[in-house]
Amino acid sequence: MKQFIMSVIVIIVCFLLQSTVFQALSIAGVVPNLLLIVTVAAGYMHGRTNGIYVGLACGLLVDICYGDIIGLFGLMYMCIGYLNGYAHKVYFRDDYTMPIILVSVSDFLYGFFYYVFLFLLRNRLNFFFYLKRIILPELIYTVVVSIVLYKILYILNVKLERSTYKEV
Amino acid sequence: MRRRTRFSLEPKYILAICSVLCIILIFISVRYEDKVQPAKDAVTGVFTPMQKGINTVGKWITDKIELLSSIKDLQQENKELKEKLSETTYQNRILQQEGYELDTLRDLYELDKRYPSYPKVAATIISRDTNNWYNRFVIDKGSDDGLKVGMNVLAGNGLVGIITEVGHNNATVRSIIDDASNVSGMFLKTNDQCNVKGNLELIDKGLIEVQGIDKDAKIKEGYEIVTSTISPKYLQGILIGYISDVTVDANNMTKSGYLTPAVDFTNLTTVLVITELKETLY
Repeated sequence: MKQFIMSVIVIIVCFLLQSTVFQALSIAGVVPNLLLIVTVAAGYMHGRTNGIYVGLACGLLVDICYGDIIGLFGLMYMCIGYLNGYAHKVYFRDDYTMPIILVSVSDFLYGFFYYVFLFLLRNRLNFFFYLKRIILPELIYTVVVSIVLYKILYILNVKLERSTYKEV
Repeated sequence: MRRRTRFSLEPKYILAICSVLCIILIFISVRYEDKVQPAKDAVTGVFTPMQKGINTVGKWITDKIELLSSIKDLQQENKELKEKLSETTYQNRILQQEGYELDTLRDLYELDKRYPSYPKVAATIISRDTNNWYNRFVIDKGSDDGLKVGMNVLAGNGLVGIITEVGHNNATVRSIIDDASNVSGMFLKTNDQCNVKGNLELIDKGLIEVQGIDKDAKIKEGYEIVTSTISPKYLQGILIGYISDVTVDANNMTKSGYLTPAVDFTNLTTVLVITELKETLY
């Protein structure tokens, strides 16, 4: 229950930051994808089921607020959360390299599929331009932010687990 | 951790169920676009005040930082400006007298303004699309202030975009530089029609594509493009920008070129919404 409330708060805060504060802090015209980091972290720290739920919530939030088609982002974020859940098997407490690798791979896949679904299907064929202009800068910026954000999420998670232990 | 024995599913089944759910949602939102609007409105209605609050705090902080860093420059500038002011007040007085004269002369000749003036509402941009691929933003006025889908948005003298969605306290605007944007325009001087299309590949250069100009059109670089009379969504006569680099297309029937927008999209904070809809011709 506590974990559920925590997830909801984290998702809302990250969504608000991504749509306001980070828009002002955009570098090279791109904004880091905080919701993706949250999804990856959920999958990596708690497993596949949790990744699915958090991913679905993040995706639908973006869909409802900014998308024309509801459900497309939900599907993409959910798959990312699910796939990252497989990495839960190698989850290790103080390891910070694994989540960074996961975030970079996930962000690349996210960018690639976004391009395929919403640009390639509209006859925008210049993939390398989009790779250079959006996918790679977003990847780098997201990875840099994820170093800090993952640490925060990790600390929150540890505190939460401790408080549940005390209760028992 | 405590584990309770209860109904649980394999993750892959959950994934399958949620995927089907998403696909159904995609289908519903494409097929019945108007029906999902209340749901969207409910969610954005909750988030808009929060985003507005964060923006006010952020603006306050940046204002303070700027104030501290520029205080010395300001003092120097203040001195210079004061000197200038005394000069200008004198000149202004003369100009004012001439202005009154002009007004009376205009009344005499009954000169009309160049374009009809539309009723407008000012709005502030409160958030932008979270992904980097599109150029949409949200403004802080909605149906409560009389906004409707399809109203045109201006900044300064130029066209910014069109409202695509309206909530009760917010509205989403798609700018003309957005990759999915399409405006029918016309050359102010020659009345030749053309098609102004946003393109992500040109955003960094600050340009928009212009297509479908008649091959025999006598146009030169720097001609003004305004919204066309035949456009069903955009009110006529709003300045979009200036043409450059006109070339004849490979089909040898049309010309295309690039357009420099009249509005600076990088530092946009406030916009004007025209609260009059163009009547549909169809």
